[in-house]
Amino acid sequence: MLWFLTKALRAVITMWLVVTFVFFVLRLSGDPTMMLLPDDIDEATRDFYRRLWGLDRPIMVQYWSYLGALLQGDFGISFRNNLDAFQLVWDRVPKTALLTGTALLISLVIGIPLGIIAALYRDSWIDRGVMAVSVFGFSMPNFFLGILLILVFSLNLRVLPSSGSGTWAHLIMPAATLGISFAAQFARYTRSSMIDVLNKPYMRTARSKGAGPARRVNLHALPNAAIPVVTILGFKVGELLGGAVITETVFAWPGIGRLLTNSVAARDLAVVQCIMILLALTMVVANTLTDLAYGWLDPRVRVGAKAGAR
Amino acid sequence: MSDTAIQGRRIGVIRWLARTPVTVVLAGGFMALMLFVMVFAQWLQPYAFDHIDLMNRMAPPLPLEGSTWLHPTGTDTLGRDLFSRLLIGTQTSMLLALLGTCLGAVLGVALGFLAAHKGRLWDEAIMGLVDFQAAMPWFIVALAILAFLGNSMVIFIAIMALYGWETYARITRGLVLSAREQGYALAVRGLGARPRWIYLRHILPNIAGPLLVQLTVNFPSTILFETSLSFLGLGIRPPMTSLGQMLGEGRDYPINAWWLAVVPGMTIFFITLSMSILGDWLRGKLDPSLED
Repeated sequence: MLWFLTKALRAVITMWLVVTFVFFVLRLSGDPTMMLLPDDIDEATRDFYRRLWGLDRPIMVQYWSYLGALLQGDFGISFRNNLDAFQLVWDRVPKTALLTGTALLISLVIGIPLGIIAALYRDSWIDRGVMAVSVFGFSMPNFFLGILLILVFSLNLRVLPSSGSGTWAHLIMPAATLGISFAAQFARYTRSSMIDVLNKPYMRTARSKGAGPARRVNLHALPNAAIPVVTILGFKVGELLGGAVITETVFAWPGIGRLLTNSVAARDLAVVQCIMILLALTMVVANTLTDLAYGWLDPRVRVGAKAGAR
Repeated sequence: MSDTAIQGRRIGVIRWLARTPVTVVLAGGFMALMLFVMVFAQWLQPYAFDHIDLMNRMAPPLPLEGSTWLHPTGTDTLGRDLFSRLLIGTQTSMLLALLGTCLGAVLGVALGFLAAHKGRLWDEAIMGLVDFQAAMPWFIVALAILAFLGNSMVIFIAIMALYGWETYARITRGLVLSAREQGYALAVRGLGARPRWIYLRHILPNIAGPLLVQLTVNFPSTILFETSLSFLGLGIRPPMTSLGQMLGEGRDYPINAWWLAVVPGMTIFFITLSMSILGDWLRGKLDPSLED
């Protein structure tokens, strides 16, 4: 229980740091009225907007009211089209969730079995082949992979749409673009984790007990090999979201990432702020869940935490 | 040096090359070429990279139809020589990635040592910062910072340096904590050496291997970080150019000038690929405990 509370408290503190960081960085960037209003506007109008947006108050007062508003779920109003920033972002969440979810699924379904096979046939041509493909996979910049896919499948073969999100066909290329580098990474992690486990004494014990190969792999090796892979999974959420920003831009996929690049270009403070906080929250939740899953899968972690070790 | 000594060394090099996998030799050669371009790009470019030649716009590279001998590797939408731009773009991307990786490594290693040495509150604070950095979607934060704080080289380099420092800090802290209790460190301490001397002269060289491996892991992702931001139009911006910026410009002409995107894209790919291959090989060499 104490262990759980420590993790939860850590998550809350991290979240508070992120929120504070976002606030001060975005406020440091200068006077929003200078960016959003035309240059030739008179000072009185500028002052009017400063008062309207509460920018005339001392920065700490602004900070506290911002924190208070956030706690009530108020992310402010989009400067660009006067809509509720949170609503604007929330409407895009399903699209991004669909894209990142599919990409993650692709990467796990391809990556983990490949890693297991490579580990079981270690140093054979299968292993070398898998490793070679995986190096290619994660060296490929996803923005470039996206463009190549568009060149081949949209412009030359004309079989898949290059942008938009209307049908399932629209999902194939963006999800593949995002998923392939993760598939490559998961293949590597799974392989090294499996190799590690296969060399453990308990594997020899299982063998000497007379457990067959299938039983040894499925019951003895896989659950143990899963632990590091699960940990990695949580830490990859941030990369996945970063990759989604690029993939959505390349394929004009109407999710949060594309909204972010558009809002950044238009300097729409409230929307950018809202997206950053939501993404950070997603990451913090993912990391905390990973930590919890890690403790659940590997009880030694919990004991270690109690003993005061990190 | 006598003839036989030179010959002996030559044989040594040849033996070494023969023992090293072909891919590693190729990757090393390519990275050497990229480093060469990074240093000498200014003198290698046939035209100034921003020289505009409106008479020869969007010329394809040589064997293709409509190419010109004036620009054997083709030109972009403003008739700027693609080869010159590729050289300068490579230079920018390589320099930024190298600078970002090294600054991040120095920062992370220093903080890792500090956390391990001071312990208690310092340790808690630094590791808290590490957790914080790891929990932030740094690419997205960088995007917002660059958009709102504007196009400043100093800010961009600072952002690159802050990318990935936490891994070095975490690794260094763990390594120092275990190295400190090993015989050699205890022996030097027993001889009365001051902590700084022990850390810099004795522990740092001993933990340099894993840190170097981390450097090779970090470098490709730093390249991708820079090129991704520049691709979105937020990192390196015109009139300057980088591989990502070239690719971002080139992707608008997939039908009539596909090479504008493919050439810089392939360059980025080969750089990250070569670094990954070298990193894997180095890890195998330096860290025998990792059997894979």
